[in-house]
Amino acid sequence: MNPRRKKRLLITSSLIVGLSVAIGLTLFALQQNIDLFYTPDEIINGKNETGIKPEVGQRLRVGGMVLNGSVQRDPESLKVSFDLIDNKAGQVTVYFDGILPDLFREGQGIVAQGVLKSRNAIDAFEVLAKHDEEYMPPEVADALKGMDHLKTQQSN
Amino acid sequence: MLPEIGQFSLILACILSLLQTVYPLYGVHTGHQGAIRSAKIFTILQFVAVATSFVILSYSFLINDFTIGYIATNSNSALPWYYRLSAVWGAHEGSLLLWVFLLSTWSIAVALMSKRLPIESVARVLAVLGLLAFGFYLFVILTSNPFDRTLPYFPIDGRDLNPLLQDFGLVIHPPMLYMGYVGFSVAFAFAIAALLEGRLDSAWAKWSRPWTMAAWMFLTVGIALGSWWAYYELGWGGWWFWDPVENASFMPWLAGTALIHSLAVSEKRGVFKSWTVLLALSAFSLSLLGTFLVRSGVLVSVHAFASDPTRGLFILGFLVLVIGGSLLLYAIQASKVKSRGRYQLVSRESVLLINNILLIAALIVVLLGTLLPLVHKEIGLGSISIGEPFFNRMFTILIVPFALFVGVGSLFRWKRQQLNDLKKPLTMILILSALSTVIFLFTFAPSLTWLAVMGTFLGFWIIVGVIYEIYLRSTHRHRFSKGVMKLGNSHWAMSFGHFGLAVMIIGITMTQNYSIEKDVKLAVGEHIAFEHYDFHFDQVKPHNGQNYTATMGVFTVKKDQQAIAVMEAEKRIYTVQRMPMTEAAINAGFTRDLYIAMGEQLPDGAWAVRIYYKPFIRWIWLGPLLMAFGGLLMLCDRRYRSKKDNIENSENSENKPAPVGGSDA
Repeated sequence: MNPRRKKRLLITSSLIVGLSVAIGLTLFALQQNIDLFYTPDEIINGKNETGIKPEVGQRLRVGGMVLNGSVQRDPESLKVSFDLIDNKAGQVTVYFDGILPDLFREGQGIVAQGVLKSRNAIDAFEVLAKHDEEYMPPEVADALKGMDHLKTQQSN
Repeated sequence: MLPEIGQFSLILACILSLLQTVYPLYGVHTGHQGAIRSAKIFTILQFVAVATSFVILSYSFLINDFTIGYIATNSNSALPWYYRLSAVWGAHEGSLLLWVFLLSTWSIAVALMSKRLPIESVARVLAVLGLLAFGFYLFVILTSNPFDRTLPYFPIDGRDLNPLLQDFGLVIHPPMLYMGYVGFSVAFAFAIAALLEGRLDSAWAKWSRPWTMAAWMFLTVGIALGSWWAYYELGWGGWWFWDPVENASFMPWLAGTALIHSLAVSEKRGVFKSWTVLLALSAFSLSLLGTFLVRSGVLVSVHAFASDPTRGLFILGFLVLVIGGSLLLYAIQASKVKSRGRYQLVSRESVLLINNILLIAALIVVLLGTLLPLVHKEIGLGSISIGEPFFNRMFTILIVPFALFVGVGSLFRWKRQQLNDLKKPLTMILILSALSTVIFLFTFAPSLTWLAVMGTFLGFWIIVGVIYEIYLRSTHRHRFSKGVMKLGNSHWAMSFGHFGLAVMIIGITMTQNYSIEKDVKLAVGEHIAFEHYDFHFDQVKPHNGQNYTATMGVFTVKKDQQAIAVMEAEKRIYTVQRMPMTEAAINAGFTRDLYIAMGEQLPDGAWAVRIYYKPFIRWIWLGPLLMAFGGLLMLCDRRYRSKKDNIENSENSENKPAPVGGSDA
């Protein structure tokens, strides 16, 4: 092999090695950090598409509407719990220790990210409320389709 | 009447941009001198037209012309004038008008400042820029017209600008970011023009280098400003969220950073040329991809404006055309490019190649993390999100080799480097940076973690490397005091760029490892203490602004019993949209920030309060500013400024091997 070819081979192979290492590491890291989205109903009865139910201890995101009157606070700390419902039969309870977002209200759509701690309870480490009037994550909008009372809450 | 003139001049600009493409290309093809010269004229006319349109929209915002639908949705007569003005780019339609306006600004800058270049080359570049502009004008006019009227039943007052955007950040962040995004179109146009011409030489790299650097500089500042804005405005003290829209701006930055390094090699050594062209095409394509992701609403993000499928489809089509077309041209023409330079395995060329590979790896990580949720959803596997830990882990891995090479890369000579000659400087840098790390952590860190030690070491490795290299180069032939004055601007540019990276790495390391974040329940009169600081909740009082009412929590902060600050955190309700907003109180310092944000009032009257201690967080933004300053220095280099062609002189002096190690030093 002449030096020029050799150099090209080296460059190409180092590129390929670099890329495959990157992709390998990426896929490995990805595996542990993908959070599937569920609606309350899907947590209880399994995903719509596949019927798979989430395992207890699994990380996930859940989106739904905060049930009116379900918010309960611990008087001593910032611990709070509330129920999430959707347009089907699902209802799950979310536990959270921290400051709720500005737009968190009963009757509003929210997304929580956390760990499933029993069949119908989630320990959340993050709670997001919809950002403004026009914006809502599409998944939540889907889960709440047909539930009409979102608009009426706006006037407070 | 005025809005119609604005609309009309927008359409005029659209037509002019098409002429700017067709006529000069025809001229270049047939050798018609008049047609070639027309490129410049059309560029100027197009600029005047779009500027008129932009000024009219801004003026309509100022005078509260709510007969324009866009203004009625995004402004209000109670809005202070400076927010009314920046509300021009506060939503989709106006930000696209800003985009085309800036594209035209870059074009006219190319037209006016390229006197040294062959007129045919400039004509080709302007033609490509014209074509890009044409695509965007069509997009604005067909799908997102900012001048649409609400007549005859126009509202008395507007629906107000989103309160999140009513901030100094909006005034400055989007224009900077867009200058960067759009600026890469110039590098793109130079690359396409060179491919069309079939002539890729060092001169090409030399011409497109300052333009690329300028765009990169704006993008750097733009991203840093965005991060700073998010930190103080979103009310939870984060500085980077790996939000898809942030990623969309970060990807062109990574490609752009690879590009400015690879351009340097292409200019000085004549190698890597086809790779450089590919990077130039990618940087702009990624800017377009970012626009598509943000504008189409396919991604869930805090930045998402109201989405509209036809808009998404249009940009997707445009994206496919631009990327597909440019890659096709690349595939046809790139084989003609010959690299003339030779270099050994151990050489500065190789180090810069590694730099490029790492940057591209980082780019792929971000691209994967951003697009995978989309793909996952589209193929019916359900919707997923990819969390921060993924990105954080990947970047922690990638930064190690990257920082190690940045620190010593500039010690390598072009063409060939004897590894033996590097032993002495490498040992010196290793000892000095380890020493600095120990002293620094001993002074500022309350405890030690592996990540903190590693991050700080990498930062000091780069800083010591940069200083040591300056020292070696200055004392190569003169005494230090004389030699250091003789270093060129380009050299200082590189040093500042790398130094900025080091500052940022140290800032990120300290903030991520030693921040203290407390979410607590506090009633008036109570206090909480940690890390020498004592936060006393004094009172809650009402506070009213021009277009909002607020509840203000007042805190007295003591450090070691000494009162050092009174901090006022607000909970605002913006009157028009009835939207609550958290306005954090920040006590900023060079080595630490104190951060207080009010949560909600709890049923028993106490408040939920966030109290953060963020060490060295300012360094995260200081770093990019230093990098951008480096870019500015390079632009001021004689080689790019002077009108006379002094390539020969400067290239000779630049090509001298780096005086490192062995007999030289």
